Parts: sequence; C-alpha cells; structure tokens
Amino acid sequence: MHMRFHGLRQYLLGYGHSLKTRGVALLTSLTAALAATTVVADEVTIAVASNFTAPMQAIAARYEASSNHKIRLAFGSSGKIYAQIRHGAPFDAFFSADKEKPAHLINQGLAEKDSRITYAEGKLVLWSTHSDLVDDSGAILKTTRFNILALANPKLAPYGAAAQQVLQNIRLDADTRSRWVQGENISQTYQFVASGNADLGFVALSQVMRDGEIVEGSAWIVPQSLYSPIQQDAVILKRAADKPALAEFWAFIQGPEARAIMAAYGYSAAQGKHSHAE
Amino acid sequence: MLSEADIGAIWLTFRLATTVTILLLILGTPLALWLAKTRSIIKGPVSALVALPLVLPPTVLGFYLLVFMGPSGPMGKFTEALGLGTLPFTFWGLVFASLLYSLPFVVQPIQNAIEAQGERHAEVAATLRASPWDTFWHVTLPLAKPGILTAAVLGFAHTVGEFGVVLMIGGNIPGETRVVSVQIYDHVEALEYTQAHWLSAAMIGFSFAVLLLLYLLQHRKSSRGLRYGI
Repeated sequence: MHMRFHGLRQYLLGYGHSLKTRGVALLTSLTAALAATTVVADEVTIAVASNFTAPMQAIAARYEASSNHKIRLAFGSSGKIYAQIRHGAPFDAFFSADKEKPAHLINQGLAEKDSRITYAEGKLVLWSTHSDLVDDSGAILKTTRFNILALANPKLAPYGAAAQQVLQNIRLDADTRSRWVQGENISQTYQFVASGNADLGFVALSQVMRDGEIVEGSAWIVPQSLYSPIQQDAVILKRAADKPALAEFWAFIQGPEARAIMAAYGYSAAQGKHSHAE
Repeated sequence: MLSEADIGAIWLTFRLATTVTILLLILGTPLALWLAKTRSIIKGPVSALVALPLVLPPTVLGFYLLVFMGPSGPMGKFTEALGLGTLPFTFWGLVFASLLYSLPFVVQPIQNAIEAQGERHAEVAATLRASPWDTFWHVTLPLAKPGILTAAVLGFAHTVGEFGVVLMIGGNIPGETRVVSVQIYDHVEALEYTQAHWLSAAMIGFSFAVLLLLYLLQHRKSSRGLRYGI
C-alpha cells in the first residue's frame, strides 16, 4: 500500500524530473554554445530494496543537490526487483537487501562484475512499542510475558535469517517458535509490531532509529556476535555500464556524506569495494 | 513437484474458501433479499457499503484490518473483551477478512436474481395462502438459484485468489494462515521458480475443476431463467 502510493509519487516525481531535465538540457546547450563546453545532464533509474528506502531518498536528494545528474528511485522487495530485471526492467542499477541476488545477476551476465559493492550493513534490533518490555539484554525472550514474536520470513529476508540465527544462538529457537508470526519482508514485520498486534519483533534498526535514537518503545540492539553480518550489495546493470552519472553516484554512495546519512539511519557504513576473492 | 508445505497450503486454502463461501451464502442471502425488496431510504447507503471493499486495494484493506482487529483497534478490543484474543494471525481472522472482501461478489448476484423476479410470483404465492416464509423457501429461493450459484462461484474463486489481505494480516503460519497464494509468492521471492510454477499450475487446475463442476451443475439444473452470461 505504502509502496503503491510511493511508486506513484516516484513516477510523478520522475516525470517532473524528466521535464526539468529537458529544461536543464536546453539551458545547458545554450550555455554550451556560449562557453563552448558541454555538460550533459544524465538521468538514471535505480531499483532499491525497500528496507533502504528512507536513507536512499536522503542520499539521492543530497547527491542531486551537488550534481547536475538526476536519480529516479524505484522501491520494492529484492526478489521482485530481481525478477523484473531478469525480464527486462529498465533499471540502471540495483541496490539489493542481500549479497545473493546481485551475485546471481553477475553470473547471468546482466550486471557488471566490477561494479559490485557492499554499500551498507544492516543491524538487527528486538523492538516493542511498550516502553518497558524489552531490556538491553533481550531477557524478555526467556519469559512468557509476550504472546507473539514477529520476525521476517527467514527464507526470504536477510533480517529474518539473522533473527532466526540469534534465537538459535541463545537457544530459544524451539521455545519461542509457537509464538512466531512471519512478515513477508521487514516492512511488514515492522507493521505487525507497530500496530500492536505483535508484542515484540525483530526488525531493522533503520526502521526504529532516527538521528541515532530509538524513536519509541523499548529495544535491544542485538550484539553483532549473535548473527552473521547483514550485508547489502549493489550492482550496475549491463545496459547502463557506460553512464557517467552512475560512476559518479557510485563514488558518492561510498563517500563520507552518504556514510553519515546511513549511520543516522542505523546502518553501518559500507565496506567499500567488493573483494572478488569470495 | 509439490512439497508437503505446498499441499498443506492447498488444503488450508480449500478450507478457507469453503468456510467463507458457506458463511457468505448464509449471511449474504438475507441481506440480498432485503436489498432487493426494501424501499427504505438506507438502501442506497447499505448498497454502497457492500460494494466498498471493491474500491480499496487489497493490501490497503488488509492494513486497515490489521489496525482495526489489533489490540488497540475497536474490533480487537471487542474480541479481547469476549475473551477470544485478537484475530490477526489466526484462521478465523482470515475468515472474517475474507467475508468483508468477498461480500459484494456474493450479495450482488443474489440481489439481481431476486430483483429480476419481480413481485408477481410472490403475489401469486400469497393468493394461494403461502406465508412469506413459505414463499421465500419455495418460490423466491428456487427462482434465484442461478444467481446463488453464481454468487457461490464468485465468492469461492475470489477467496482462493485472495492475496493482499492475507499477506497483511496472516503472518505466514503453516496450517493456519499460509494459503496457496502466499506460498507461491514465497517461492517466487526465494527465486524457487520451478516450485512456484508447479504450485500455480496445481492451483489453476484445481480451481478450473471446481468452477467447471459448478457451471455444469448450473447448466443441468436450470435450463431457463437468469444466467448472467454463463
């Protein structure tokens, strides 16, 4: 729902952008005629995993402020975007919620091998809207003081797989399983908890953190030692390999400004260039 | 081919669609009868309310149901006061949501079928000293049978194909809320395309068989009367 409206807004914005771009292009060519230098404004369309929606909007806005290139953003689940790319969706780059899907696209010859970066690392948090339910060691999980524990489907969502890993590591996997409900993605898991239908749930820190603070309720930021890193990879797609705007944006997303935005939204900064040794 | 989880999802979907169809026929028939016969000024608003689930996209409807049936929503408070707990993430939560979602598909064909009969049959029955109750069971209902069959087919098919609402309020619990449409979606999201194809094929084949059976029944039993283009 949210995403549907969002998509429409993006579409309208994008349309506005393209008009604006034409205007800019016209102005630019006039300027170029005068100054005898050419600056070409480029527009790129980037598909982004929905968990990264808010930081990506902030990053794209910051980037556009300092560049004459335009970014159009399309949000959706990584699985859906992946299927769309395989069937010819007009995206120039893909910011996935995991490492696997960009790797698949490279193997299938749809994405540029050398473009792959790990742009962000997600953090897991056990969260409740009740202000006193979750302490800073997650002791609530050992009790019967909650009815429902929400997590993202471990089969589909990296945050779900991480949540399951945490429960296995603290040996509460079997005890809590009968109280699990699974969201298809991390946004839905968040809705289950935010609407009060689930007493607590494992969500992304980025969903409940603004400017370095937990927005409401109580939370346990799960220690990194309890789950494998939730690394999110991005690739440039073959069809857009030679767009200069993307090369510029690739540098920007790994730069200090983008990293600061990600940190404010509860992501660890990117690891930089991907190692091909893996 | 089909895994145990797939078969569990098929069985659950069948159970859900059957429960919803039966309940909708029981609840929808009197409502349709009232709408067909009444001259009350609230007929318009009630008809509009019945059609309203068609307007909202299913995931939006599902989102509001999640809030409405949740612990801070009016329905959630009511069910908790009754000691039933809250409805999201349960089979009966899905039943309730599907009732709302499929209501127009059941009420409208029955209403049309009754309206098309006119007053004459009922008046003739009355001159033969049939009570309104007798008239309903022995005149109105049999004459409305094609409309009722259409309603059953649409209610069943619509519930089988339901996805957005279930996705929002289900919580993906095996045997309780993980229906076929969600299971197919899971396969696609997990890039298990082969399994998704098999399950989709099974769902289409099964639904085709059920719908064909209903249409054949209708064809045999009612060579005349209202057919709604069937």
